[in-house]
Amino acid sequence: MRKFKETVIEKGLQASALVTIAVTVGIILVLSIEAILFFKEVSIIDFLTDTQWTPLYTDKHFGIITLLSGTLLTSFIAIIFAVPVGLSISIYISEYAPRSFRKTIKPALELLAAVPTVVYGFFALTVVTPFLQTFIPGLAGFNSLSAGLVMGIMIIPFVSSLSEDALHAVPNSLREAAYGMGSTKLQNAFRVLVPAASSGIIVSIILAISRAIGETMIVAIAAGQQPRLTIDPTVPVETITAYIVQVSLGDVQHGSLEYRTIFAAGITLFIFTFLLNTVSYKIRKKFREKYE
Amino acid sequence: MKENKDTIDKSLKRKHKLQTKDVKVFYDDFMAIKGIDMNIRANKITAFIGPSGCGKSTFLRLFNRMNDYIDGFRMEGEILIDGENIYKKKVNVEQLRKQVGMVFQKPNPFPKSIYENVAYGLKIQGIKDKSYLKDKVEDSLKQVGLWNEVKEDINKSALALSGGQQQRLCIARTLAVEPSIILMDEPTSALDPISTAKIEELIYELKEKYTIVIVTHNMQQAGRISDYTAFFYMGELIEYDKSKKLFTNPEKKQTENYITGRFG
Repeated sequence: MRKFKETVIEKGLQASALVTIAVTVGIILVLSIEAILFFKEVSIIDFLTDTQWTPLYTDKHFGIITLLSGTLLTSFIAIIFAVPVGLSISIYISEYAPRSFRKTIKPALELLAAVPTVVYGFFALTVVTPFLQTFIPGLAGFNSLSAGLVMGIMIIPFVSSLSEDALHAVPNSLREAAYGMGSTKLQNAFRVLVPAASSGIIVSIILAISRAIGETMIVAIAAGQQPRLTIDPTVPVETITAYIVQVSLGDVQHGSLEYRTIFAAGITLFIFTFLLNTVSYKIRKKFREKYE
Repeated sequence: MKENKDTIDKSLKRKHKLQTKDVKVFYDDFMAIKGIDMNIRANKITAFIGPSGCGKSTFLRLFNRMNDYIDGFRMEGEILIDGENIYKKKVNVEQLRKQVGMVFQKPNPFPKSIYENVAYGLKIQGIKDKSYLKDKVEDSLKQVGLWNEVKEDINKSALALSGGQQQRLCIARTLAVEPSIILMDEPTSALDPISTAKIEELIYELKEKYTIVIVTHNMQQAGRISDYTAFFYMGELIEYDKSKKLFTNPEKKQTENYITGRFG
């Protein structure tokens, strides 16, 4: 009887693992099939080289780099903001803050990641943009700058929490060595601990990038919906995710070419985040080997 | 007459590199060191022995203020190096640690190249002169007998070295900043016998230029290399004498029991 129970439990666990895999495979299949149908009508070269994205107009262009530029620009702004702030926080918590403070500040920071992104989106649109407009006069109502900055705030805990874990995992013997050589706290942090924890810090940054690239609500609300190939952060742009939302919510007919564009855009996004996750996984694996 | 007194003072200082005056250490309410007076002679090797938890490591770590980071640590009394109290308020701890180097129990090279490890102490002092650094690195590695083994791989990771080589690298890293005192906290306890013999030989050579204080669990080691030995027990200095005397004819019963292996 007990044996039977064990078997049931084991099969049950196995089944739930298989369901996850099946769902993932299913998503990839649907994405691929629809994308292949799309690429039967639009050449992949046009898709990659055209500089306009106008699938919903009569003069159709399918240049994904237009959307991709919006995604990369907002993500870039977010990362430029989140990495220095997140890294400073992690160094402070790991090396300077009293232990009791560390226990309260870490969960508090992780709350930042728990705020619904739609709230961030409205925060960007109704607070940050008007604020920035007071000293950047040409700033449009929808722009990648404030969307990027607010997205940066959202991903700070990704950087700070994982980096702090990495710094904390550096063996104490290295701190002793650094202090024993006459290092100041700052020298210890930047010359010894950060390099020693570099792989963990890089992983945290990659995961943050991956999160930023996939982020939807903030950019859909605050960055605008105008596909534009630009590096100007003050004008409206459209990201891949924002485009997918726009089409999904619109009245585009299922099975039409316009409808399939979202799968082509989706698979582009998927390839990006997949690559980033693979890289971070590889680095993490290497990192584990080094310390064990 | 005054001049005469000054020279006597100076020669005494030279002789007694390190002095402790009624030193007590507390971790919160626990008294780990119970009032120790001790003079450590310049250019000699002084060994600290005693059972685990007797306070010998704590005592050693007072000399470069490595205990400062421990929660609840408090010290009373005075520790003088060359006659200067190193626990005075205005003492620059970083500067002190350049003068008082330390080698730890487990080899702890930085995860950097061999070169960067040895150059570290000089670089954090702001020295950027490449040729000076290069000479200094070579010189320090030669002093520990590692130069010929690693000169081809100077830019490779220090973590690729064997344990014994890593420990000699850590000693070279300490020598590069030209300390006058080197503290060693069981430097060979993680090493094999051959590496241990090499390090012991090295320590013996180093005493010409440096004052060395070494904590060891290994009484043969203390007997082999040290000039003076101090036996600690329960936070007290039980006996402190020339090693030859202490190991052959100890004054105190406790010392005798310990060195003959009856406890500890």
